[in-house]
Amino acid sequence: MEKRFIYADNAATTAVSEEVLAAMLPYFREGYGNASSIYKLGRDAQRAVEDARDKVAKALGADPREIFFTSCGSESDNWAIKGTAELMAKKGKKHIITSVIEHHAVLHTTEYLEKHGYEVTYVPVSDKGLIDPEDIKNAIREDTALVTIMYANNEIGTIQPIDEIAAICREKKVLFHTDAVQAVGHVDIDVHRQGIDMLSLSGHKIHAQKGIGVLYVRKGIALPNLIHGGGQERGRRAGTENVPAIVGLGVAIEAATRDIAAKNAVITPRRNRLIDGILKLPYTRLNGDRDKRLAGNLNISIEGIEGESLLLMLDMNGICASSGSACTSGSLDPSHVLLSLGLEHAVAHGSMRLSIEEDVTDEDIDYILEVVPKVVERLRAMSPVWEKMMKGQKYE
Amino acid sequence: MLYSEKVLDHFSNPRNVGEIEDADGVGEIGNAKCGDIMKMYLKIDDNIITDAKFKTFGCGAAVATSSMATELIKGKSIDDALKLTNQAVVEALDGLPAVKIHCSVLAEQAVRSALSDYYTRQGIDPVPIVGEIKEPEE
Repeated sequence: MEKRFIYADNAATTAVSEEVLAAMLPYFREGYGNASSIYKLGRDAQRAVEDARDKVAKALGADPREIFFTSCGSESDNWAIKGTAELMAKKGKKHIITSVIEHHAVLHTTEYLEKHGYEVTYVPVSDKGLIDPEDIKNAIREDTALVTIMYANNEIGTIQPIDEIAAICREKKVLFHTDAVQAVGHVDIDVHRQGIDMLSLSGHKIHAQKGIGVLYVRKGIALPNLIHGGGQERGRRAGTENVPAIVGLGVAIEAATRDIAAKNAVITPRRNRLIDGILKLPYTRLNGDRDKRLAGNLNISIEGIEGESLLLMLDMNGICASSGSACTSGSLDPSHVLLSLGLEHAVAHGSMRLSIEEDVTDEDIDYILEVVPKVVERLRAMSPVWEKMMKGQKYE
Repeated sequence: MLYSEKVLDHFSNPRNVGEIEDADGVGEIGNAKCGDIMKMYLKIDDNIITDAKFKTFGCGAAVATSSMATELIKGKSIDDALKLTNQAVVEALDGLPAVKIHCSVLAEQAVRSALSDYYTRQGIDPVPIVGEIKEPEE
């Protein structure tokens, strides 16, 4: 078996595409003008920024005036949540609803708000990692300021019932924000049709560079300004525009949303072959609903082994993957997402996430399916947990 | 996570993996909740550790520290093995990331736990010799 290099961690980040890089390059050495400047060099930069804004708006079904460039998905999440909290507090509304499986950019923000007098309800997920819209409905109160629910989960790839949640919020007149960092480019999104009030996205997940994000804010929501300064982003998020990054994001989102169905039709069967192949190993389980998940995502728990060891061994075989293991996060607790599915700690520690795109070929899938069982066998052979399991004993 | 070449070497080619069927002392430390469990087997002849083997469930650092700890005590006297500190394991591995230092503590405690079992089997109270075994905090 010849060693390959397979990047199967697109949920972590993606490579800047050639198309995106080519679009960005002229704005470093030639079109370097400040988009606020009056002369042609500046006007050209401004035109490039506005052109990118149009592309983002089109991709999301929004108006360009509703698109604000930020530095990353986390910034967008922070702005939407803290901004709405500040806005609605004036009306005496200091209650926020979110879920237990959100990204830390949301959870650590709501925890921060809890320390500052806000109340937060964390709705649970089913053992398949799905939110029940009824739980949102039941959690909404008179003083609810915001519902913020991620579109698709970064670890287990589950796609949440966003349309239903948005409809409930619309009916109850509560603002709805969604962290769509993992969903954009993988799921068809139309914010106006779906009734989404705010949406966060990140460039580097869709083949733009790191350090660029977007917050969509529906017209009419007076979200407080995030950065005070110049008039950039219509004064709401000041700071000289990162023109090359914005241009790149425009091209990236256009490409990512061009033909999602065709892309997913290629990826899904390959991903399913991976799932079925790995689940042939004993004592494994798929985390997250099998159907309501991102086409390229799989997350499998492999009992008896620990995730970081698995990742290191996969890396030695040229495969880039990710894990919900504690060891990759620097804390002793495994992923909050996996624990929320009801997994025991030891099982959650032994999880692996692969997130593939079209460039992972059928031959690559064959290779992964050859490597994973060998690596698992090797790690289980040296695992005292596996030894006990095989003797029918239980680990605490 | 920046691991030294030595850590990666001991992870990818761990020394002394396995069990000793007729071990004179077996120790186990850690729990599945925190994600690291080490089991250590010692063969002891005339106060000399003639063989040491381990099994570990855990991260790269947990495997590497187990491997290095067995290397450091093999052929040594019990007295020398009792002097093994987690710092010595860390130094022998050319360092560990700060969040992984607890793995070296586990390796040190796994050795002590196996020696403790050795004394218990001899009908000797291990505590005055080996001290209390520290389980990791959850």
